[in-house]
Amino acid sequence: MTTRRNVLIGAASLAAGAGLVSVSPARATPASMDAAIKKVVGSAPLRKGKVTLSLPPLVENGNTVSLEVSVESPMTPENHVKAIHIFNEKNPLPNVISARLGPRAGQGKLSTRMRLADSQRVIAVAELSDGSFWSDEVDVIVTIAACLEDPG
Amino acid sequence: MARTLINVPKTAKKGEIIAIKTLISHEMETGFRHDNMGKAIPRDIISLFVCTYNGQEIFRAELHPAIAANPFIAFSTVATASGTLEFKWTGDNGFSATEQATITVE
Repeated sequence: MTTRRNVLIGAASLAAGAGLVSVSPARATPASMDAAIKKVVGSAPLRKGKVTLSLPPLVENGNTVSLEVSVESPMTPENHVKAIHIFNEKNPLPNVISARLGPRAGQGKLSTRMRLADSQRVIAVAELSDGSFWSDEVDVIVTIAACLEDPG
Repeated sequence: MARTLINVPKTAKKGEIIAIKTLISHEMETGFRHDNMGKAIPRDIISLFVCTYNGQEIFRAELHPAIAANPFIAFSTVATASGTLEFKWTGDNGFSATEQATITVE
């Protein structure tokens, strides 16, 4: 039975829940993303180009966002993509995925689905067999964020 | 066992680049959410995915909590010989799932 009291108690607990959400956990910042990229790249220069990161520029629901990374490479034993990494700026953690591939992949391509907690910059970094690093970035606007909202 | 969906062509020409698509049912609980009592929900994710082709590793990915629920991973490989592709997902709380697909290469 729905009584006035129950409704009030429900409203109070909802408010309490909302209060807890706003004490949100530490988020990845541009600085922590740069640190995460540095960990992968080391002292090598990170150049723009060769990599194409496809991500919708406007996302309605941050819970599943399709993305595709493709890297220009002949994919021969001498010249191939060794790894593809994806980083983000404002999720709780800067890393998204780190994939290792080799000449047997035939093409430097990777697709997956990620969460976006906020409108932010997403960066894809490719490591080539000659030790060089290339990147591409996309700014995404998110209307419904993922990760931080509570279930139920 | 978690439900999986694997898409690998049944047949391919030798040397052809084939697309491989994988999907596995998993919550990918981030560890950053709280239940309605305000208690933190512990992290429970798949953290590693490995694909082998006739026993040889061709693809490996480390996943982080930013990967959406029911992880979808698509990549490619060169069809070298007929045989088996094996897919293995491992993660928190001893999670492990293995799936196989066979391919005939002409």
